[in-house]
Amino acid sequence: MPTKAELAALMQLPDDRGHFGPYGGRFVSETLIGALQELESTYESLWRDPEFQAEFDKDLAHYVGRPSPLYHAERLSRENGGAQIYLKREDLNHTGAHKVNNTIGQALIAKKMGKPRVIAETGAGQHGVASATVAARLGLECVVYMGIEDVRRQALNVYRMKLLGATVVPVESGTRTLKDAMNEAMRDWVTNVDSTYYIIGTAAGPHPYPKLVRDFQSIIGREARQQSLDQIGRLPDALVACVGGGSNAIGLFHPFIEDADVRMYGVEAGGYGIETGQHAAPLSAGRPGVLHGNRTYLMEDDAGQILGTHSVSAGLDYPGVGPEHAWLKDAGRAEYVDATDEEALAAFRTLTKVEGIMPALESSHAVAYALKLARTMRKDQIIVVNLSGRGDKDIHTVASLDGIDV
Amino acid sequence: MSRIKDCFARLETAGRKALIPYVTAGDPSPAVTVPLLHAMVEAGADILELGVPFSDPMADGPVIQLACERALSHGTRLLDVLDMVAEFRTTDSQTPIVLMGYLNTVEVLGYANFAARAKAAGVDGILTVDLPPEESDEFVEVMRAAEIDVIYLLAPTTDESRIKSVCEKGSGYVYYVSLKGVTGSAALDVAAVEEKLKQVRRHTDMPLGVGFGIRDDASARAVSQVADGVIVGSVLVNRIAELVAQPEQIPAQVSRIIAGMRAAMDA
Repeated sequence: MPTKAELAALMQLPDDRGHFGPYGGRFVSETLIGALQELESTYESLWRDPEFQAEFDKDLAHYVGRPSPLYHAERLSRENGGAQIYLKREDLNHTGAHKVNNTIGQALIAKKMGKPRVIAETGAGQHGVASATVAARLGLECVVYMGIEDVRRQALNVYRMKLLGATVVPVESGTRTLKDAMNEAMRDWVTNVDSTYYIIGTAAGPHPYPKLVRDFQSIIGREARQQSLDQIGRLPDALVACVGGGSNAIGLFHPFIEDADVRMYGVEAGGYGIETGQHAAPLSAGRPGVLHGNRTYLMEDDAGQILGTHSVSAGLDYPGVGPEHAWLKDAGRAEYVDATDEEALAAFRTLTKVEGIMPALESSHAVAYALKLARTMRKDQIIVVNLSGRGDKDIHTVASLDGIDV
Repeated sequence: MSRIKDCFARLETAGRKALIPYVTAGDPSPAVTVPLLHAMVEAGADILELGVPFSDPMADGPVIQLACERALSHGTRLLDVLDMVAEFRTTDSQTPIVLMGYLNTVEVLGYANFAARAKAAGVDGILTVDLPPEESDEFVEVMRAAEIDVIYLLAPTTDESRIKSVCEKGSGYVYYVSLKGVTGSAALDVAAVEEKLKQVRRHTDMPLGVGFGIRDDASARAVSQVADGVIVGSVLVNRIAELVAQPEQIPAQVSRIIAGMRAAMDA
């Protein structure tokens, strides 16, 4: 564990060039630099503006439905054995996932910047839905880029986005998943930079996105911290969250960084198993490189080409990760582990049956690891799991694995 | 004197502008590239921009994305590209070669390792589209030590203060991106380009190349009247794509486009 002073320094990141240690930064082509500088200065002034904060808080309360509950999963904890598991219920947010915390914030920025058009990339479709939702509410044109493989896996969310008035563009290049959707969104942005605001859905990409998305998502950790103190009388022993790009995890972790006794576990998608190479776990099995505007851990081959990934959950199917996670790993503040497809599916079923809560397949990875971790801990210890989204969108995937056509 | 400087000096004496074609190395297959480079020089190319294939070419349009995919399907890696340059150099010691690509393929080799190998192969310059000056202190230092020019992009969105800092950091030539968009985008506005180049001129004596949106003899000629170099890529790569089934025709067919532009620029 880093020293107290080192933890305090971690809280101050990124530096003014968007660096988290050696990670982060702004690795984009020249055409986008001006737009990123403008976004940075607009964001920095808005984030300190009490009027903007009040508007954001009001939307979170009355539109999203915050605060989200911190729920003690008593039966699950009892049947599993070991530590008490609490669920931070981001699945109860409007649109069904944590993604909306960020899209509300970024759409407010887009409005202040006078941009009539927003674009977004999406994997599982939750960020696409959350973007389409806020665009509908603010009367903004919305275009969502989605890998054609994910369009197939997440048909329900595709239709939701269309009902919300968004245009969904299937992306056929590369591996046809989230990373390619992000490439395509960047290409759109570079072409339409005057009229368009790019709502990045995860805490990755060029500075200032990793910071800005973290700040908007940190409501999760601030609430969870206070709720722990109010409901349990102390801070939890461990936090567990799934990590694709890492926005729900950084949102939960960040407000706890200086609480040295609170351990943090980010759970990557182990796919068919890390040893098979068929996974989406760059922090567990990748190495540092540069993609999508930031330096971070990546899944790449010896020649620096980005590798295809595999996960049963579209939202974790990404070869990179937010730069702050890369640095929390190297700095020794957070630990990164993985859960396989099989473990996540088992956790999906367990939570559904035992607590009547159907988690998204992404969040099921966090639940799977938390169940394992809890069994190594005492009964009076506390784990807070970020239940980042609900599982309705995944019913088709789970049913088809069961051989059932719904 | 570096090959790039020498090239622009010769062109200036001759009263001509540089024609700078771009092709992706290894597209559609590795054997095509070196003969294609020689053929383009013969047809009137002055400097060669050789694309290093990357799995995620974020700043490129569909034409060059597909070229990257074709090259990667044969496993063309950065080290293979350096081998191609070395092979080209066995019979052409004069024409400058600039590698163009994305940072990650260089980063994985390590800057110093890359610089030494690239210099040995006969590379003259490098343009990494996703490495802006703010992130490139170490990169520039290592490339300079190896006498490899670091070429930067300037865009219509680049403001005056950045133009200044980009020009101070770069060497070889400036690559002005003529429009907001990816490679292969819509037609360019020559008057707007001319206006911006005047602004850039106030900050540098480096030659100014213009790329993006140059697709025929007329646009090559128009740009050559306001810039020092005309950079042309997608239209060539498009022709290569049409000839995937007849790769033996690629050098001659691509050269025909180059020769047409050369004639229009020199007319």
